[in-house]
Amino acid sequence: MNDKTDTLCATRDLILSGQIKVTEVVQSCLERIRKTEPVIQAFVNIQEVKALDLARKMDEQGPDKDKPLWGIPLTLKDNICTRDQRTTCGSKMLENFNPCYDATLVRKLREAGAIFLGKTNLDEFAEGSSTENSAHKKTRNPWDLNKVPGGSSGGSAASIAAGQSLGSVGTDTGGSIRQPASFCGVFGMKPTYGRVSRYGVVALASSMDQAGPIAANTADCAAILQVISGHDPLDSTSMDVPVPDYLSSLERRTDLKGLRVGLPAQYWEGKLDSEVERVCSKALEQISLAGAETVTLDMPHTPHAVAVYEIIAMAESSSNMARFDGVKYGYRDKEARELLDMYIKTRSRAFGEEVQRRIMIGSYVLSAGYYDAYFKKAAQVRRLIYQDFIQAFEYCDLICAPVSPFTAFRLGEMVDDPLQMYLLDIFTVSLNLAGMAGITVPAGLGDRTDMPVGIQLMGPAFSEELLLQTAHVLENYLPPLPSPRALNE
Amino acid sequence: MDIDRDLIIKIAGLARLEIEPDQADKFAHQSREIIEYMDCLNQVDTTGVEPFYSPSDKVSVMREDVCLATHERKDILDNAPGHDGKYFIVPRII
Repeated sequence: MNDKTDTLCATRDLILSGQIKVTEVVQSCLERIRKTEPVIQAFVNIQEVKALDLARKMDEQGPDKDKPLWGIPLTLKDNICTRDQRTTCGSKMLENFNPCYDATLVRKLREAGAIFLGKTNLDEFAEGSSTENSAHKKTRNPWDLNKVPGGSSGGSAASIAAGQSLGSVGTDTGGSIRQPASFCGVFGMKPTYGRVSRYGVVALASSMDQAGPIAANTADCAAILQVISGHDPLDSTSMDVPVPDYLSSLERRTDLKGLRVGLPAQYWEGKLDSEVERVCSKALEQISLAGAETVTLDMPHTPHAVAVYEIIAMAESSSNMARFDGVKYGYRDKEARELLDMYIKTRSRAFGEEVQRRIMIGSYVLSAGYYDAYFKKAAQVRRLIYQDFIQAFEYCDLICAPVSPFTAFRLGEMVDDPLQMYLLDIFTVSLNLAGMAGITVPAGLGDRTDMPVGIQLMGPAFSEELLLQTAHVLENYLPPLPSPRALNE
Repeated sequence: MDIDRDLIIKIAGLARLEIEPDQADKFAHQSREIIEYMDCLNQVDTTGVEPFYSPSDKVSVMREDVCLATHERKDILDNAPGHDGKYFIVPRII
């Protein structure tokens, strides 16, 4: 894509002023997909014909200024239900599932004029941190094709890094937007729990799941978040809190004067790879240069966050996965002669290894003899983690931390060691446990691996406006990343 | 309780899964490692701490009990692996 149309907001201006047709924008994305998809494998399915048909219709009607994403090509992670368009969750279980309804966020994006180019790859049912658990294919990192894109929204992040669309919506239960955004050098936001409706977003861990934007810059994230946010009667946990004008609020802040940024010792000391530490420290210098004051913090329960997260996530997902029984939708094993046998064979043959492992451990921690020792205990420590955040925000407006202790790892490097893979999520899971908001900003390239390093801003519930403003200022202070190396000819 | 292959096979059965014999040892080993790691929470004193189950304080949201047209029966059944046009069809139960 040329420079003028490589961001959502710039493209929108060109479309509205009649300087470019929607068809041209869509074709440019499809051309980019044809060129890059054979190597990165970000899509589960591509809706070329539907997208072009819609683009032509829109061009005939002419621009609609009231629709904030009119003519903008987007992608969706494939655990977000789309009416009459396959929604597989990266699983054999749902390989032929065609929802008869749109997720609320999809409906809102359609009403705003967005065009969907297709669905992006993910770890099966969003369970993973590398997208290697997909039943379909292995997505590759556009910066190094031998490395993972991160996960579980790895398809969305890789796709944005490769310039295949102008924005994507992923989901983040324990870092699944922020970590792949960091690994692929793009922006990704996990909104506050309750900011975006979960209706039609296939559930992983219901008390932590939240959908959010992945895009090439802060403003594009703001434009997408603007549309998908808001209360929805179909999701009783979505909150009736006013949605600010995120996009125009970005212009109200050009520096970080008066902002207090907290640096929790537990995120910055130990466990951090030295190249990640160096890139993140440079980003901190820019935060100070922009006028913010930094304060060190203590968030003492952070080291326990992965254990708490895994117990709760596995317990909730084992309950959510119970719905896949071969009766109402999805795969059914045809050999079984009796109902119970059908359940067992269907689930054993259609769920991948990680999903089965998590169902079993989830069942164990919820079982009568162990409920108090694991699930209840984890929920108690969850409160302590939540209180760590509440106390931190008495001393600062936002928290700044690395997203991941390492840059993207090699494909296959971690697949046989699930515990080590879980431990990589140490810097992202606490935010989901607390239900608060965060955003990944690309901070630079590691000096050892030459791979992207992201930095994370975290804020209290419903602080998206301040987070986006701060990310926007930081984005302007940091040098932009070059284009992903592995895609350069 | 020790997490061994017999326990894994039992839990799998309760979760309506069946584990291939050659997988049971691997699952047992991995699960044991993960659960032993989870035991680190025992170091945290949680006396008197109220469990935190959801960031949402809207525990039970009520709505008017009215009928709404949401989905067509046909659209729902179209995704079912077995149906007769009216009902889901499953293998025999008893």
